[in-house]
Amino acid sequence: MVQYVPIVLFTLVAVSFPIVTLLIAKAVRAGSPHPVKGEPYECGVPATTTAFETRFSIRYYLIAVLFVVFDVETIFLFPWAVMFEKLALFGFIEMMVFLAILLVGYVYAWRRGALEWA
Amino acid sequence: MDQPLYQFLIIPAVKIVAILAVLLLVVAYLTFFERKVLAYLQVRLGPNRVGPKGWLQPIADAFKLLVKEDLIPSKAERFVFLLAPCLIIVPALLVWSVIPFTGETTVFGLLSEPIPAYLTDINIGILFVLGVSSVGVFGIILGGWASNSKFSLMGGLRSAAQMVSYEVPMGFAVVSVLLMAGSLSLVRIVEVQREAHMWFFLPGILALGIYFICGVAETNRNPFDLPEAESELVAGFHTEYSGMKFALFFLAEYANMLVIGSLVAVLFFGGWLRPFPNVEFLAFLDVIPPFFWFASKVGVVIFIYMWFRGTFPRYRFDQLMAVGWKWLLPLSLANVAVIALGILVKNHLLKG
Repeated sequence: MVQYVPIVLFTLVAVSFPIVTLLIAKAVRAGSPHPVKGEPYECGVPATTTAFETRFSIRYYLIAVLFVVFDVETIFLFPWAVMFEKLALFGFIEMMVFLAILLVGYVYAWRRGALEWA
Repeated sequence: MDQPLYQFLIIPAVKIVAILAVLLLVVAYLTFFERKVLAYLQVRLGPNRVGPKGWLQPIADAFKLLVKEDLIPSKAERFVFLLAPCLIIVPALLVWSVIPFTGETTVFGLLSEPIPAYLTDINIGILFVLGVSSVGVFGIILGGWASNSKFSLMGGLRSAAQMVSYEVPMGFAVVSVLLMAGSLSLVRIVEVQREAHMWFFLPGILALGIYFICGVAETNRNPFDLPEAESELVAGFHTEYSGMKFALFFLAEYANMLVIGSLVAVLFFGGWLRPFPNVEFLAFLDVIPPFFWFASKVGVVIFIYMWFRGTFPRYRFDQLMAVGWKWLLPLSLANVAVIALGILVKNHLLKG
């Protein structure tokens, strides 16, 4: 675990970096507040609704769900790839079976239109 | 001075300061470089007023961002609004702790024994990079949401969908390199390329293409810059950000570009190795420090980024999703299978 000590140090530095810069900026920056400056940007038109009330497409959610499936699959591939020299033919067949099962799901998602965006 | 203190505190601290200083300087001049490259691509001069030939422009920009008024929209979620730029800059910096710039170095003979030039080498290096850099998406989506502006919200959602979509083929492209390298450590991956007498871009040319396309998409750069598509979304997720908070987003974007460039160099082009590392005939090239090779490989990748920005039109969102899910994903999956099969044939059938 020795080699992780510098990473802990770096994490501390990296976390303090934005805090320090924002504090410095707070000390030196200009500021003349005005209520109009606090309005959300809407091309000069007064906003009738806030963004929190805006609806957006359900497809963003679908993409996120699909991502979870395939990203978990990538995680499975990582250790397999590292040990591939030793696993040899057995590992290859095993992984092809796994990928084939996933491919069925992928084709299903495609045919049900989960990948279409319109 | 006792040994552990020296080993665990002083040396890493010096390295961290050096890495951060060089990184921030490079990022600052990367903005200048980008504006110059874009300008020459469009047959104009680019920034040339501040300092000799415009060379002080990045410093003027940084100073301007520092003293600029910092607006927070009155209806925004204040805490999340403040948290988002921090969430995006921390992973962008943290990734640099495992990037191997050079092998062992004596800093031009200053030290008696060579020390590793990178901060640390962990046995899950590439996994650490992928994991940490994917935290950045939280910064973007939270920043877009917390601004309580419709442009920001759309930008944040788009970028979340885009970044997660392209992370999958990117992972598969990395897996095909791991098949060849047999290790997750970035230093080890470079050394395997020396031992194998070949850089991995030769067998992994398809993986390289997929990895780079996904890298461009992950960093929200043209032609995949839909999250901040200025002609439709003003500035996307950072529409409401100004002053130093905007600077942090900007910094993170450029630092991430450099990370992608470094990973392309390490995974596919032999990191700090000189061209043809085992050919005796070219041994005179060893007088050039290895860092030069690393930096020039990264520089070429960064130039291609800018070239893309200067020449390609932006994708439409449905096209972007189609490219990611219908083309790159099956292609990268097939690539993994083909490379695995190739290694199997090479190791077992050919050796009898």
